[in-house]
Amino acid sequence: MLEVLDCRVPASLQDAGRPGYRHLGVPLSGALDIEWLAIANALAGNPPHTVALEAQVIGPRLRANAPVTIALAGEFSARIEDAGGQSREVGNWRSHVLAAGEVLDTGSLRSRIGYLAIHGGFDLPVVLGSRSTYVRAGFGGIDGRALIAGDRLNVLPIGKAGERTSLPLRLPRPPGPWSGALRVVSGPQREYFTDAAWARFVGEAFIVGRAVDRMGLRLEGPRLDHALGADIVSDGVAPGAVQVPGDGHPIVLLADCQTVGGYPKIATVIGADLPCLGHFMPGQTLRFVEVSIEQAIAARRQANAALAECLASIVPGEGGFNLDALYTANLIDGVIDAHR
Amino acid sequence: MKPRILALGEGALTLEFGDRIDPAVNARVMAARNAISSLRLDGISDVVPTYRSLTVHFDPLLLDRTTLVEQLVEIAQAPTQRSSEAESSGTAATTRWLLPVIFGGEFGPDLSQVAQATNRSEAEIIETLCSLELRVFLIGFLPGFPYLGELPEWLRLPRLASPRAAVPANSVAIAGAQAAVYPWQSPGGWHLLGRTPVRLFDIGDAARPALLAPGDTVRFAPIGRDEFGRMSIAVDTGKIVRKDWLS
Repeated sequence: MLEVLDCRVPASLQDAGRPGYRHLGVPLSGALDIEWLAIANALAGNPPHTVALEAQVIGPRLRANAPVTIALAGEFSARIEDAGGQSREVGNWRSHVLAAGEVLDTGSLRSRIGYLAIHGGFDLPVVLGSRSTYVRAGFGGIDGRALIAGDRLNVLPIGKAGERTSLPLRLPRPPGPWSGALRVVSGPQREYFTDAAWARFVGEAFIVGRAVDRMGLRLEGPRLDHALGADIVSDGVAPGAVQVPGDGHPIVLLADCQTVGGYPKIATVIGADLPCLGHFMPGQTLRFVEVSIEQAIAARRQANAALAECLASIVPGEGGFNLDALYTANLIDGVIDAHR
Repeated sequence: MKPRILALGEGALTLEFGDRIDPAVNARVMAARNAISSLRLDGISDVVPTYRSLTVHFDPLLLDRTTLVEQLVEIAQAPTQRSSEAESSGTAATTRWLLPVIFGGEFGPDLSQVAQATNRSEAEIIETLCSLELRVFLIGFLPGFPYLGELPEWLRLPRLASPRAAVPANSVAIAGAQAAVYPWQSPGGWHLLGRTPVRLFDIGDAARPALLAPGDTVRFAPIGRDEFGRMSIAVDTGKIVRKDWLS
């Protein structure tokens, strides 16, 4: 079991989200970077879409009240402090065993967001098919809110498949910082904008505004002028859609975005580039480039293949051992305690 | 307006039937929704109807996009027959709800201003609102949040100049041609007229978490403070269940 000692910047629990309920106004939610979620889980010996902790900017401090195996995907600056006050640095893109009483300080995040997965997965109620936190309606995760000091995160019973996994694991070639232009397909309301606005949209750089949350990325910089007005009768939206309100400053929608919206959408970020949207920091610049639908579908296929290759490259970490042996030996009491 | 198919990225398509709020357009949307749902295509995750359009979210690696476009074109091109079918069958199957509401005072802090702005008495506002059979056009904005319409011309007011930071859950509100009930506490710019004891969204009911669905109709019925209190307790303790709100 992990106890939250301190969480200064809102962190939440996310899995792959809750598709299938958007007609009821329930947003998709889920991890901003679904690929890093999968990596964190693979490193923890879990199925890819197991619920994990999504940290941002400064990650939480957590105490293991029983031995647990955790994995970090993201550029954390994490340390483990043992009960005697000794502290050691811990690497990213690998799993670690925390002994009972040890404290993990995940530290600041150079990648803005990062994932902490736990071997077995967090034991949280499933709400409408998902354990993802959705703060606006207050459901999912722990009571539908960000983590706070004192929260206790229990671990689900570990399945047979998990028990055979050799832990810890590490990713030999971690993903580098994302660079390049965000690929978009035009529309659905391209005709609501002037040609000059489109030229600026794909030709100029935007700056990420200060308000960054899980609903959207507000952009500053070039103004995009509407040709047919800034209001439409609401229609469907999706993460990645670039909506432009009356002030001409675009908003790129993210995982917690509403299901419908009343602003025209000039373009939509393709699925393959959605995971990197969560990493943009306020003040960072960002560019868009147009691709065709066919290119977008090909890019999605390519991204899936690249992720599969990445997960397949995971190897046992230094000091690796068989978990069966581990759990049947000295840690068994702690594991049973953690599962209770 | 001729139906159009718009790309919302490579993983979603929007079938657009019109650009305004119109019950006839909405009926075509709902007919198309039924037609797509009946295809039971693998790879479709969500089918989201709005006032005037239908957005289909799908995985383009599981479901061939070109095939889906062809099917949507076919559905869009057979609108008259399909919508009349839906309407005739819909009339029989329409779910009608009667939602009790306590109006004014702390529960409806904007009732007096709405009366002033429209030059009517508070009683007239309540009477008018409760005489209407409102159609659920769309569920959106928040889980279970229903957009209901349409209000008579004289009752249509612009949204509040400065939205409230926190509208209490279960508030009954109006803006423009629409009425709504807030299932959750949230920021909001609509005029608050009253509050209902009815729970509009139940996360415990995965099969039907939202009480209302597009195509349903809603009537409001005025209740007093005592009744509101009694009903609220009965909802919390499970003594009143959903079907008790059916008209």
